[in-house]
Amino acid sequence: MKDNASMTAKNMTGASILWECLEREGVKVVFGYPGGAILPAYDALKHSKIHHVLVRHEQGATHMADGYARASGQVGVAVATSGPGATNMVTGIATAMLDSSPIVCITGQVGSKLIGSDAFQETDITGVTLPITKHNYLVTHASEVARTIREAFYVARSGRPGPVLVDITKDAQQTTCEFDWEAAKPQLPGYRPDLSPEPKEYEQALELIHNSKRPVILAGHGIIISGAMAEVREFAERAGIPVALTLLGIGSFPAAHPLNLGMMGMHGEAWVNHTIQEADLLLAFGMRFDDRVTGNLKTYAANAKKIHIEIDPAEINKNVKVDVPLVGDLKEVLHELLPKVESIDRSEWLDSIDKLKGDAAVRDIQNLPDSGHLYAAHVINDLWRETRDHETVVVTDVGQHQMWEAQYYKHEKARSLITSGGLGTMGFALPAAIGAKVARPEAEVWVVAGDGGFQMTLCELATIVQEKLKVNIAVINNGFLGMVRQWQEFFYERNYAATPLLNPDFAKLGEAYGIRSMTVTERSQVVPAVQAARQHDGPVLINFRVEQEDTVYPMVAAGASLHEMIRRPSKIVETAADE
Amino acid sequence: MLNTYVVYVENKPGVLTRVASLFRRRAFNIDSLTVGRTEKPEVSRMTITVDADHDQARRIEANLYKLVNVLLVENITNQPAIVRDLAMIKVAATHEARSHVLELASVFRARVVDVAPESLTIEITGAEDKIDGLLEVLRPYGVLEMVRTGIVAMRRGKSSSGAPTTGNTDHDVAEEDVSHSV
Repeated sequence: MKDNASMTAKNMTGASILWECLEREGVKVVFGYPGGAILPAYDALKHSKIHHVLVRHEQGATHMADGYARASGQVGVAVATSGPGATNMVTGIATAMLDSSPIVCITGQVGSKLIGSDAFQETDITGVTLPITKHNYLVTHASEVARTIREAFYVARSGRPGPVLVDITKDAQQTTCEFDWEAAKPQLPGYRPDLSPEPKEYEQALELIHNSKRPVILAGHGIIISGAMAEVREFAERAGIPVALTLLGIGSFPAAHPLNLGMMGMHGEAWVNHTIQEADLLLAFGMRFDDRVTGNLKTYAANAKKIHIEIDPAEINKNVKVDVPLVGDLKEVLHELLPKVESIDRSEWLDSIDKLKGDAAVRDIQNLPDSGHLYAAHVINDLWRETRDHETVVVTDVGQHQMWEAQYYKHEKARSLITSGGLGTMGFALPAAIGAKVARPEAEVWVVAGDGGFQMTLCELATIVQEKLKVNIAVINNGFLGMVRQWQEFFYERNYAATPLLNPDFAKLGEAYGIRSMTVTERSQVVPAVQAARQHDGPVLINFRVEQEDTVYPMVAAGASLHEMIRRPSKIVETAADE
Repeated sequence: MLNTYVVYVENKPGVLTRVASLFRRRAFNIDSLTVGRTEKPEVSRMTITVDADHDQARRIEANLYKLVNVLLVENITNQPAIVRDLAMIKVAATHEARSHVLELASVFRARVVDVAPESLTIEITGAEDKIDGLLEVLRPYGVLEMVRTGIVAMRRGKSSSGAPTTGNTDHDVAEEDVSHSV
């Protein structure tokens, strides 16, 4: 079928064309949930080689597609029906949008004659998702399916990647037309994903770099998307420039590298933020100066010149005014810059950064005497020690555990941490981990989720079992919506409004799904539990019951200057910080 | 300051919504937006005026380009351009006031397009301040109804490139150039 179609046009239904085009775009697996308006597509699935993963909620399908994309660099695909199926995808689409993750969402739509009539399960999903997709399409004729799918994949993965939604009416799936792959080439006359800087801008950038005494690289998600890890490393090493990471930049530069400072921003280590504040040059590599990394913009790196290498021109001067923008693909831009970057001895600057570390190590909870309590930081640190030598992908949810993961799990490789950064979507971890495991079956995949976020999408435990996926799940259970509780502690006089959680027994819950489960309450049990999970063939859930009112330090309060941090206390305090 | 953009877009359903939605989402305030056909049937042309400082103006342009259906954006704010607004103004004009109103209309080179016993309807085309001027002098007689189109603009001379082609054949996306690894 495939070979013939490329040579001669043949008659096919829109539904068959859909699967044929997905296959030709390299899709091996889709995550979906059937329903009335997408039924013709599901009926035609039987002729396709594509594997369909049945999810338990359409939000899960989008996070799985997202996790698949982030783990592999390939476009992830989610499928849903019209109306509620489509609207359930909204959170996952917005998550992918803010983190530039390439996914294509296929939704069924009511018949084209019924559009606008408030028909059963009709929602204007292209209208709903307009501001949260890179682009979207409403397809009303079978003849439009092929070109639209080709354009959707091209738009999703090129330039700054992002989600594309294709809404296909039921009649467009059912009716037949001539299918001709070659003739259905994308036609996107206004779409320009391939910008590159002017020669003059390169010269200006090099001058700033060579004249700088205290430069810092701000390493963002763009490095991983562009695949520029080796170039960034070469650049940093040659120019002797330290590297600070955004949350999504974690893995873009090896944690163990002597030039790696660690994560910056709201929960970055104090010396990282101080380094940025004292720098005379910021080199922003594929990052967008999010408010979580800048703090108060008025005082942000006030004495630093800024070079911004970024593929999206709309990000230039959005939050932080930059001196030299280099708009283009990071890898290509660095290839231009690298031969001209001079090797400069910056040991004085690097030594002064070392001094900024001060007593931070002493304050680290890993180095404080054992109080008998189990802290989340212990769990993450032990998990890292046990899994560091393997190809491990950690997928986190959102909240305190996410920040502890970022601080205590030392990621050496790109695509080894998958986390919802921009949107901060609770419930992301479990389904995204499913997508990651499907994309990279050989990798050891760990979910690290809080007890709050885990319960938002835990229905996908059934998907794990159904697909026989070896996914390990660490629930960091403190009986609170911990990050919100922390804000209430600091900024709302410990009025813990609606943050304590009455939880089910997660171990029993896991067992009910047929997942081997255990509960850990003491630090000495952490390593044996992790080892047992790794050795077990099937999925494992570990319920870590950790200290309830633990706090993520350091912390830059929202709107405060980046150097104004609430630091770790120098001894363990049972309830709250006293400094 | 008020910026004027000429925006060429693909003539497809929903494109106006995408453009308008962009301004709403990024919290830029549209002063006026007109849309119509061009010399090429597959291309529509918008004239958008928006209050923005220099940085915002540049970001508006960059954001417009992020819309897949936007073909070309020209900020003609500081360029020599012909700018026109059209207004229809219905003025109360009983017979003693009528000759005064007609006189004012002729001073502004406006046309009377409807005459009724109690009113006159005047059509005026021109730059916005000219229309504002006529409106000002008509107000004492009683403006019963008014409608304005918002401005359309075109650069003077041959500097304007005209509607870009959507290139059904010659602007095909070169897929070979696309990295499939993201």
